[in-house]
Amino acid sequence: MKRTIALAAGMAMGAGMALADMVAPADVTFGDYGDVEQSLTGVPGDPEAGREVMVSKSIGNCVSCHAAEDYADVPFHGEVGPALDGIGEYRTEAELRGILVNAKMTFPESVMPAFYKVEGFTRPGNAYTGKAAEGPLDPLLTAQQIEDVVAYLMTLTD
Amino acid sequence: MTLTTFKTAVCGLALLAAPLAASAEDLVVNGEIEMITEAEPAAHLDGALPTVRSGWTFRSSETQQLQMDDFENPAMIDVDNGMAAWNAAEGAEGKSCADCHGAMDESMEMVRATYPKWNEEAGEVRNIQMQIDDCRVNQMGAEPYGVDSRPMLAMEAAISSVGRGQVVDVAVDGPAAETWEMGKELYYTRFGQLELSCASCHELNYDNYIRADHLSQGQINGFPTYRLKNARLNGTHSRFRGCIRDTRAETFSVGSPEFVALELYVASRGNGLTVEGPAVRN
Repeated sequence: MKRTIALAAGMAMGAGMALADMVAPADVTFGDYGDVEQSLTGVPGDPEAGREVMVSKSIGNCVSCHAAEDYADVPFHGEVGPALDGIGEYRTEAELRGILVNAKMTFPESVMPAFYKVEGFTRPGNAYTGKAAEGPLDPLLTAQQIEDVVAYLMTLTD
Repeated sequence: MTLTTFKTAVCGLALLAAPLAASAEDLVVNGEIEMITEAEPAAHLDGALPTVRSGWTFRSSETQQLQMDDFENPAMIDVDNGMAAWNAAEGAEGKSCADCHGAMDESMEMVRATYPKWNEEAGEVRNIQMQIDDCRVNQMGAEPYGVDSRPMLAMEAAISSVGRGQVVDVAVDGPAAETWEMGKELYYTRFGQLELSCASCHELNYDNYIRADHLSQGQINGFPTYRLKNARLNGTHSRFRGCIRDTRAETFSVGSPEFVALELYVASRGNGLTVEGPAVRN
């Protein structure tokens, strides 16, 4: 099952992806503070693509909870989570990757969804239909999308 | 005080001492029904909220105004329909609600404020809708309306409307305790792939914005509620279902024991507020 997800995610990203380097959601290794050192794909993230993931409702939708000056062109920034200005200075890549993969490994009480996790949910649904999930879940973001967002956040240095 | 003052990295906890944001104006309906939109939390909340706030306090002044005058409240058409149905004989027994219960504004005045409620004969906690359909089927010999159906919401809105201004006081102890505990557990369960509980938004983050939406405490004293979003009356259970769906979870069904329990629990979080239904919200 893990392999299927990795494969599906890999194909969605198109050519140039070294599948051998793909870390499946269940295989992610966390450090003591919830950080994730190893890239999920081995392919450097694309900051522009990461920005798109963050501000698009249909992809990461990060803007719903997090404000940032850098995407001030996008209306209505949420305030449920911290503003992200300067986060590339005070967080490491590994910390940001860990928070994106599963923020609860860093902040146990966080309300932030885990964007690269596919198991361990209560009554998982089939996306936003309200019906039960059919078969294995896809993570909310692909491995490469996580890397892209990490790369983008690292550019937010005030 | 402006809303930007509230912007904070650490979410709701920093807001505890903040006074009302939206409007300094009091909610008085038709110039005569005085509502309590901010109340001391009940003891059973155990400190979960510093102040209990009606959803009305989170809305824009334009939306607030719509609830202050029945001529402007779009839900009052449904209330009229519900009152007409109250007096109309239906079913094999040829009886109307009024034949047994008399005038709605007398017999039903305290109903909305005290439901869901333990029904001794049935041996279960029942909400208003369950009671209405029980009457229709077993007393009138009529077809049940069905949970959150249009005529059901109209009847519930009518019954609520005659109880407006009464202080919500649902019982959480005695025979209702078990159901209440079940509701509490559901309230704090993080459902779905987004792993969000009711509390994630409505206890930890009320008054914060999630995109353009101003998160409220999720109080249900204004239900059934007319939502501008879908331009119709909305039932409590349908609203619960929508919230749980939005956590990418498999929801419970309207009318399910889980939602009855959750309704009792959420209602009890609003003990001390006044009945506002049918309220007007986003």
